[in-house]
Amino acid sequence: MDGLIIFAVLLGIGYFFGTRAEKQHFQSLQQREQAIQGLVLSVVGAKASIPNAHQAQLFVGSVVISSDFFKTFIAGVMTLFGGRIAVYESLLDRGRREAMLRMEEAALAWGAERVVNIRIQTAELGGNNGQGVVAVEVIAYGTGVK
Amino acid sequence: MTVQPRSPQPRSSSPAIILTNIETIPGKAITQHLGLVQGSSVRAKHLGRDIAAGLKNIVGGELKGYTELLQEARQEATNRMVQEAQQKGANAIVNIRFATSSLAQGAAEIFAYGTAVRVD
Repeated sequence: MDGLIIFAVLLGIGYFFGTRAEKQHFQSLQQREQAIQGLVLSVVGAKASIPNAHQAQLFVGSVVISSDFFKTFIAGVMTLFGGRIAVYESLLDRGRREAMLRMEEAALAWGAERVVNIRIQTAELGGNNGQGVVAVEVIAYGTGVK
Repeated sequence: MTVQPRSPQPRSSSPAIILTNIETIPGKAITQHLGLVQGSSVRAKHLGRDIAAGLKNIVGGELKGYTELLQEARQEATNRMVQEAQQKGANAIVNIRFATSSLAQGAAEIFAYGTAVRVD
């Protein structure tokens, strides 16, 4: 019985704080994305020559983002039925946008006009084995040119 | 390589070396290829960070301790790669790639590799 109460409380905390944090994070992402609109981003550029470029430097943005108790529980239930796991989709979206923004902000601070050859990768930390944390690391890196 | 502004870290030992993940250095010509250079770093979090991360896992959000840890590891891997390149006499590294693998519960390896070149 005690275990059930603790579980319900954790689920409530996870739902309440997790949802609120996610909402705030999405708002801040949107604002910061508007602030860096002048920067041109591209995934090509490794082999193509880049006109009007005199200087280049590598920029990396990374973030480790974790799921909350509610999301982890819902995802655990959803894996029984299959299909889309929307709670994790929004989590990865947040992580990816955050990592991209950190890279872009660093590039802008350096004075980059464009960031070329952007690569994004995700690494799982901890693992979803019922123990330890559920967290993913997202790295975005690219070459800033000016 | 530049890390995020929120955690200033020392740059690689020589600021002269240019790092990019494209195949050329804009504004310069590659005169010599010196081969693959690589650097890696395996890091573990300490228990305090693990506990903090475990608690944060209830409410969700960014795990800043882990973000910093992996950034430090990436910086170290990059520094090792740069050192190897300097030993070969390179002044730039092109086509840099990063890879992360989670070795075990609580430890991660960061691997950086690229092609050392001389540019004019």
